[in-house]
Amino acid sequence: MQNHDTIIIGAGHNGLVCATLLAQAGQRVLVLESNSTAGGLAATREFHPGFRAAVAHHANHFSARVAKELGLARHGYTQRSLPPIGLGNDGEHVSVANGELRGASESDARSFQDYERLMQTCATALEPFWQKTIPGIGSRKLRDLATFGHLGLKLRGLGRQDMREFLRIASLPARDLMDEYFESDLVKALLSWDGLIGSRLAPRSPNAAVLAMLYRRSGESADTRSLIAALEAAAADAGVEIRFDTPVAHILVSGDDSGLRAKGVRVSAREEIAADRIISSADPKTTFVDLLGVEHLDIGFTNRIGRLRCNGYVAKLHLALEGLPEFTGLDSPDGRLLIAPEMDAIEFAFDDAKYGRCSDNPVLEVTVPSIADSSLAPDGKHVLSAHVMYVPYAHKGGWTDEARDAIKDRAIASIERYAPRIREQIAGSEFLTPADLEREYRITGGHWHHTEFAMDQMLMMRPTYGAAQYRSPVPGLWLCGAGCHPAGDLTGLAGHNAAREVLR
Amino acid sequence: MKRYDAIIIGAGHNGLTNAAYLAKAGLDIIVVEKNDYIGGAAVSRELQEGWKYSSCSYVCSMMRQAIHRDLDLGRHGLILVPYLGTVNFGDGDERFFQYHDEEATYLEIKRHSPHDADAMHRFQADLTRYSQLIRKTLMRTPPDPTSFRPRDIRELLWLAKKFWALGETELYEYIRFFTMSAAEWLEDYFENDMIKAAMASPGIIGTALGVESPGSAYILLHHVMGDVDGSIGAWGLARGGMGAISQSIANAMQEHGGELRTESGVKKILVENRNAVGVVLENGDEIRAGIVVSNLDAKRTFTRIMDRDDLPDGIYERAKNFKIRGSSGKVNIALSGMPTFTGVPDNRYLSRGGQGFTGSLETMERAYDCWKRGRWSDDPFVESVIPSAWDPTVAPPGQHWMSNFIQYCPPKLADGPWTPEKRDAFGESVISKIERYSPGFRDLIVHMEVRTPHEIENEIGLTEGNIFQGELTIDQLFFNRPFPGYGQYRMPVKNLYMCGSSTHPGGGVSAVCGANAAREILMDLRKPNSVPDDDFYDE
Amino acid sequence: MTTMTSDPYAGERLKETHFYEREAELNIRDAWSSWNGYLFADYYYDTEYEYFCIRNQCGTYDICPMQKYEITGRDAETMLDRMVTRDVTRIGLNRVAYTVWCTDQGRIIDDGTIFRLADDRFMLTCGSPCTAWLRKAAFGFRDVTITDLSDDLAALSLQGPTSCAVLKRMGLGGVETMKAFDIRHFPFHDGNLMVSRTGFTGDLGYELWIAPELALTMWDELYAAGEDYGIQPYGEAATNMARLEAGFIMPHMDFTEALKTVHLEHDQTPFELQLGWLVDFKKPHFSGRDALLEHKRRGPVWTLAKLDVEGNWPAEDAIMYNNEKCSHEIGYVTSAMWSPTVKANIALAMIRTESLKGELWAEIYKAKELRQYRRMAKCTLKKKPFWMPERARTTPPADV
Repeated sequence: MQNHDTIIIGAGHNGLVCATLLAQAGQRVLVLESNSTAGGLAATREFHPGFRAAVAHHANHFSARVAKELGLARHGYTQRSLPPIGLGNDGEHVSVANGELRGASESDARSFQDYERLMQTCATALEPFWQKTIPGIGSRKLRDLATFGHLGLKLRGLGRQDMREFLRIASLPARDLMDEYFESDLVKALLSWDGLIGSRLAPRSPNAAVLAMLYRRSGESADTRSLIAALEAAAADAGVEIRFDTPVAHILVSGDDSGLRAKGVRVSAREEIAADRIISSADPKTTFVDLLGVEHLDIGFTNRIGRLRCNGYVAKLHLALEGLPEFTGLDSPDGRLLIAPEMDAIEFAFDDAKYGRCSDNPVLEVTVPSIADSSLAPDGKHVLSAHVMYVPYAHKGGWTDEARDAIKDRAIASIERYAPRIREQIAGSEFLTPADLEREYRITGGHWHHTEFAMDQMLMMRPTYGAAQYRSPVPGLWLCGAGCHPAGDLTGLAGHNAAREVLR
Repeated sequence: MKRYDAIIIGAGHNGLTNAAYLAKAGLDIIVVEKNDYIGGAAVSRELQEGWKYSSCSYVCSMMRQAIHRDLDLGRHGLILVPYLGTVNFGDGDERFFQYHDEEATYLEIKRHSPHDADAMHRFQADLTRYSQLIRKTLMRTPPDPTSFRPRDIRELLWLAKKFWALGETELYEYIRFFTMSAAEWLEDYFENDMIKAAMASPGIIGTALGVESPGSAYILLHHVMGDVDGSIGAWGLARGGMGAISQSIANAMQEHGGELRTESGVKKILVENRNAVGVVLENGDEIRAGIVVSNLDAKRTFTRIMDRDDLPDGIYERAKNFKIRGSSGKVNIALSGMPTFTGVPDNRYLSRGGQGFTGSLETMERAYDCWKRGRWSDDPFVESVIPSAWDPTVAPPGQHWMSNFIQYCPPKLADGPWTPEKRDAFGESVISKIERYSPGFRDLIVHMEVRTPHEIENEIGLTEGNIFQGELTIDQLFFNRPFPGYGQYRMPVKNLYMCGSSTHPGGGVSAVCGANAAREILMDLRKPNSVPDDDFYDE
Repeated sequence: MTTMTSDPYAGERLKETHFYEREAELNIRDAWSSWNGYLFADYYYDTEYEYFCIRNQCGTYDICPMQKYEITGRDAETMLDRMVTRDVTRIGLNRVAYTVWCTDQGRIIDDGTIFRLADDRFMLTCGSPCTAWLRKAAFGFRDVTITDLSDDLAALSLQGPTSCAVLKRMGLGGVETMKAFDIRHFPFHDGNLMVSRTGFTGDLGYELWIAPELALTMWDELYAAGEDYGIQPYGEAATNMARLEAGFIMPHMDFTEALKTVHLEHDQTPFELQLGWLVDFKKPHFSGRDALLEHKRRGPVWTLAKLDVEGNWPAEDAIMYNNEKCSHEIGYVTSAMWSPTVKANIALAMIRTESLKGELWAEIYKAKELRQYRRMAKCTLKKKPFWMPERARTTPPADV
């Protein structure tokens, strides 16, 4: 007997969003999660007795629309903005808060206003792009043509000057955009950060950085732990069933003359679960190659899946601290502290990673999540959570313990430059390379976005044509993870858009 | 004082082409050139007696045959000879020979990788197909996507139709190709690193991008979309050096009544009431004309020879931000004999081709990393050719000249300005790289000219020595070239036009920018068009 | 994989096949062309003479340059079954099947034959290299190994009415019991001689597969045994005649390999080549299935038709029209010749399906002492192969 309309593979935030929306629409939804907690990369993990942190330590741009549709506010979801702070030498920091650039020269502060206007205008025009399913170019369906028309009008709506400027800057390397507006190296590095983090891009790389910046201007800033808790509560509220510690081994397919259809999943040698549809929030490679099996797909398609650029370049550092870390020149480290003194520092850190090495001078995004959420650490103690770039998934010589310790030490040394007493405060630590993330979270390559957010893997080509509208080539199998449009980060949009497609 | 119909600033090959078409349409025109020789970067110079160096550009593939035929360049002395094959040198002892003959190349690749030999057919077919579409846009003026003028809409529709005709799948492949890095794109075809490096090399030539930079796959296409007599991707040499191209166009131009004045650098473009009305030369002479056409790059035109006050708001900043990065060097060497290379078959046909010191993708990318840091690589990417192997006019009999193009060479060094010593040290890095593959090479050297971006800028006026007059990245291509809103050769000041490689379709000795600009000018003057339509072998 | 060679001259010389030594002696006209990098006889002495060997006695045709891939492993069958259009699970042990394989868009990449040598061991043969596509096809399978045998397995085709008799005389006992598309292994000196009852002539014939070191020995024994049965080598030109009579298609002549096509409208679907019978929609998913189903539903835009052409001028390269006045083009001839056996002027032509019902006219040019003449020839459609003798399928075959 079949008890479920829909099975969702993975209780990451996109899986939860998708599950809840479907359940709210009356479907019986079962979510299967291989780990023992929900949230995927955003799940809080205990890395040292009494100390906890989430790999995705901050939700920069969770979709306000999704939050509203799911009624997350009812479940304790809180917004929390973490202003970006560029750490400078001798405590000369720059930061962005309330639409102002602080700590910078007068001329940079002035340019910042022009820059903000342009970026915000473009970001607003692009907002509907992220929230819609982008139809295939060749589609002649009325609905799809309407979507194109709508998006086209949004761009036209920018006005002639801004549209021209958008068409130019859209593909600009972060570095060029920064050079056009600002003079301070620290400001440039700070503002380019959101275009680069999580990707295989550096300031000089054309074609995706500005779009990533614009993407990250959508939505609202949220607290990760409250977000995941609220998503879980909303799911439960809607009647979604979540089974933990239940990794899916296979997606089951039935076939006849009319073609294939996904009909369920196998979770163990003994247990198969049937459903009308399977929605995978796993990454495309895992979904198609490991879970479904290439024999059910065309060769050109699986070749494109195999070619997806899935190698991650961000590692995660967690420190259990005896007290609040003291950063020179900062009253409280409450923000996203960026350790990247100039764009070249980012660029050069990337150069090493290209050849499978870790830089001697990694660049970091540091937060102290325990400031806002004291439950993450024992009383009076703190947790430091840092993204470390660029740490290649494919490390030359493999990821040995020595290799991991070496880059961890370098990351701590980088922090030490701005927080000189940090080493004395460390009670415990954890360093997760992309290879570790792959293993622990079943994400191919440990890539934040499941696959690179690049122009050739964007919009109606994400993850690749033939599977870009959340439908896979096998009827009954859908995608809803970060490998779909729009991309990764905690936005909920992929899950949301997938649910809408299913319900159509 | 005489007033011309048009003044063309700069006797580069595009300036000359523009002038030739304006003259052919009956305009009274003059070309002014700062040097005592013409050609800009398409030039042959005798710096050592008996040797003629193509000191800048050295091979030709993009020259449009329609222009070649229409201006009767053959009669004016131009002969383009295809060259046969290339030897690629791996980092170690491996060699890869690209023959002119397809089957020979297949067999050669097969010894490195049977997989890649098979993939080569698909690679060639795909590349040819991508080229065919781009080629159709070359001799057309890009539409302004923000405009509602019938002409722009018609052109946009034409483009949409062409792209639509590709079919959906192909369109996606096209977008992928346009936006990916050369290294990533080649990954789908080849497994052998030396072969990937050889195929990727056109993706970095002249650009401040690396093989790993998104966008470099398009640069690759830009270099292979040309043809010699219909064979897409083939390269040719001009008999007598690249100067023969410029000279033949100049001859055609003069035959149509155009004037040419060398040693007449322009100090300033004269603007009155927001109208370009002429130029002031370095020597103080004033020449007036109905229109002014600049063959200089966009940055030079607007920031060097124009008054900021003469420009509408924002244009100066646009020009200042125009990406025109010096990234290439050139070493021209006169040799007392033919160099021999280790591991290369003794084949008279192969030695008539080029030499690619490509190494591996990593070697190429590491050279780019050096450039980013303001220095040159000790293991540079060098693309060479020995034109004297089959052009009897460029070196004394039995002796040779070798053209070496180096990617990358920074316009500004991290450790202070370029000096003659540093220039020579850069040249030395190239010599030692070649010597690695050709023991005894150094002993053959009779004379050598080393050109860093510094020399290229100073001598021929390409800002930063950028060979394309501006990077070929999406933000500066097609309707964005040189600036958004000015992609149709008309510049922000009335009666001022641009006709150099800073305009669509960009760098390369194609003569297209000059011809396209002429067509637009004649349209504005309501004169009959003298510029031919493009034609293709592949249609 | 094929052994790598460090020979820097690899690109400059065509390779010699394993039978080259014998063939060079016989190729008295030095008429060589190339196939996959091998020196390859266009003809040996006279094409027509060689053609009649195939139809009247028997001849050998060197298929060493053909691409041969061994595919092994637990997933080999699934991998192949997903790649090609025919049901590989239904190819019995020691049986051969002809098939095509397609892109995701349902366009033909190549045609070839699959040999099942064990449950988990197959051989795939085809005219052009397929290495890159095979690798893509194997992606995602855990246990598949693909070995390129092309250079390491000698192969010789023996075709013609006396071919079975020759093999018997050579000592291959029981060869006469082999049915069409059977494979059998015979001990040969210290090795193994694999024989398949296959060929590309539409006539009785076999293909012999042997290790390179035994290739010349086999040749010599075969020629000794065939002495009284009129054995002769034949080249590419005669093959092309025989295959056209049998209605077999040839890559680069009758179809273009989809992955190597510049103009996308120039490649073909199996339905356009009248190979719909090779596409099995009842088996599990295979690459291109969805697209092929759609092609089938819509019907082929083009059809490769067999034509009987009026008169005796071969219609090579002719453009096809639906009327004598040439006012409307409907297609083009892909292969054509005067058939010596059927005594007819035959052709294969790619014709717009919608025009098949109307009149078919070929515009033929022919030179007589340099002067070009043009003639319009009326064509009639043929449903069956032009010539496919009963003896090709009879078991046991007659001796002569």
